[in-house]
Amino acid sequence: MPDARGQIRRLPGLRLWLSGGWLLLLVLAAIFAPMISPHDPLEQDLFAARLPPFWEQGADPAYLLGTDSLGRDLLSRMLYGARLALTVALVAGTLTCLVGATLGLIAGYYRGWADLVISRLVDIWMAFPPVLFAILLIAVLGTGLTSIIIAIVVIDWTRFSRVVRAEAMSQGAMDYVASAQVAGRSRLGIALAEILPNVLPTIVALLTLEMGIAVIVEAILSFVNLSISTDQPTWGGMIAEGRTSIYQAWWVLVFPLFALFLTVLSFSQLGEGLKDYFDPVLR
Amino acid sequence: MSYLAIKDLTVRLKNGVPLLRKVSLEVEAGEVRALVGESGAGKSMIGKAVLGILPRAARLTGGKILLDGEDLLTLPPKARRERIGAKAALIPQDPLTALNPSRRIGPQIIDRLVDILGWKRPKAEARALELLDEVHIQDPGRVMKSYPHELSGGMRQRILIASAFAAEPKLIIADEPTTALDVTVQKQILKLIREMQERHQTALLFVTHDLGVVSKVSQTLTVLYAGKVIEDTNVRAFFEAPAHAYSQALLAATPKYTDPDGSLMPVPESIITAVEQEVAAFDAQLNG
Ligand SMILES: Nc1ncnc2c1ncn2[C@@H]1O[C@H](COP(=O)(O)OP(=O)(O)OP(=O)(O)O)[C@@H](O)[C@H]1O
Ligand SMILES: [Mg+2]
Repeated sequence: MPDARGQIRRLPGLRLWLSGGWLLLLVLAAIFAPMISPHDPLEQDLFAARLPPFWEQGADPAYLLGTDSLGRDLLSRMLYGARLALTVALVAGTLTCLVGATLGLIAGYYRGWADLVISRLVDIWMAFPPVLFAILLIAVLGTGLTSIIIAIVVIDWTRFSRVVRAEAMSQGAMDYVASAQVAGRSRLGIALAEILPNVLPTIVALLTLEMGIAVIVEAILSFVNLSISTDQPTWGGMIAEGRTSIYQAWWVLVFPLFALFLTVLSFSQLGEGLKDYFDPVLR
Repeated sequence: MSYLAIKDLTVRLKNGVPLLRKVSLEVEAGEVRALVGESGAGKSMIGKAVLGILPRAARLTGGKILLDGEDLLTLPPKARRERIGAKAALIPQDPLTALNPSRRIGPQIIDRLVDILGWKRPKAEARALELLDEVHIQDPGRVMKSYPHELSGGMRQRILIASAFAAEPKLIIADEPTTALDVTVQKQILKLIREMQERHQTALLFVTHDLGVVSKVSQTLTVLYAGKVIEDTNVRAFFEAPAHAYSQALLAATPKYTDPDGSLMPVPESIITAVEQEVAAFDAQLNG
């Protein structure tokens, strides 16, 4: 039994390292994209169109991961694409978390009419298909980074509020809350100092998961050409372009798709690992 | 005068179902009163009503609660909270959920002193260490830095006792503080509660469903059935000759310390029926 437990405990460590490593790489790529990109991501060179990645026949070592149908360097475009993906992940993920977790905490701990209103809102939200909702919102707000972030927050806050509400509610029934109440602690004090620390591991896991989701949503919107202006490289936009030339140049589709996949996976794994780390019982 | 006096306390669910039926009981200053009854009788509900932490579904619909001579229910909510915080404390029923699992022990005790007495943290920390020492915890410094799950059930209960006594309340409501512990630890904890109660001269309302421990801790006792007081007496009189048929049956159903394996009589059907009828008649009077 101690062996089995030891195994379970070591695993999150590895998960944390792998996912954290990939995300760190992305952060560095995003920050230093202008310095490390071998080419201008927008520069077209029709003579160098659809060059394969370096290990294939006919590759040009100047274009490590090859080029797309317009002869733009894939590696450079992916590095710049990481910038947008990470910005959306961090900003939209954090804002969604703040809004959703706060509402969930209020609903779950304060209960009463606040809970009634918030829970009805969640029910209504659940009735909308999220992707359609996103496209609708962008149609209203217009394209652009801010619109995407607002759309993600508006659509996804319920993911946090539902879970946080349920956990806050069960924590609120615990005896330690009763003791704090008897000692005259304010409701806000109890919510922040007693309830929140218990809900935090879940919030952290959801936050990183949300960051992954934000990356996907941005990619989907780029894919249907509703994201940022078309001349800014995004992974979703690259996937959309790659789709049209999948039989001539698979790499244009596969590399950004792979980056997207790894990033989303890393965010969710990071969340699981951090959840254990934040939970004093599992730590 | 009694430190805590409850008069005709009635608590109902929102749909009108009574949980407490005109309960009256008193605890003298420095006295220990046991509150006995089977599971669901409403023992915890009495404690919650006094401490102002009734569950959402329940509502106080009648009666008076006098704490240190002051009618709590006529006070504005803020003043009531302050009085209760300063004068009363709870040793909760479930030691697993009575400490916050995500916080270290130290801050949880320190919070009590800061919340109630308005002390500065360093002063509160020094006092917290003393308190842990007072409840016979070895290496209080280490325990202050531990999380609840790192400690044994007995240790946790000691900490809860320390934190209940921390701000020197003159009334403590201990809700089955030993139910979750094994027998040897149970005895130590009972002894500790008595020791602390005597040293601090605290009035103690000791909730239990175990008549076996009553004679060890308390001078007086109240027997509750279905939220109604069945008997209110002193411990010696009770163990010599319980007045109510239900109390007699309850006593017969309790293992003796002198003869723990002796034959036990469950409370007979006929007596349950009789006491149920009594409660129903009381309800008719209550509602009519
Ligand atoms: N939150 C609640 N909502 C509705 N009913 C409740 C709630 N808490 C308790 N009750 C009901 O109130 C009655 C008294 O409960 P209480 O917890 O006071 O019993 P108790 O005597 O402390 O029992 P135990 O020995 O099991 O702790 C029970 O019938 C119970 O079902
Ligand atoms: Mg109880």
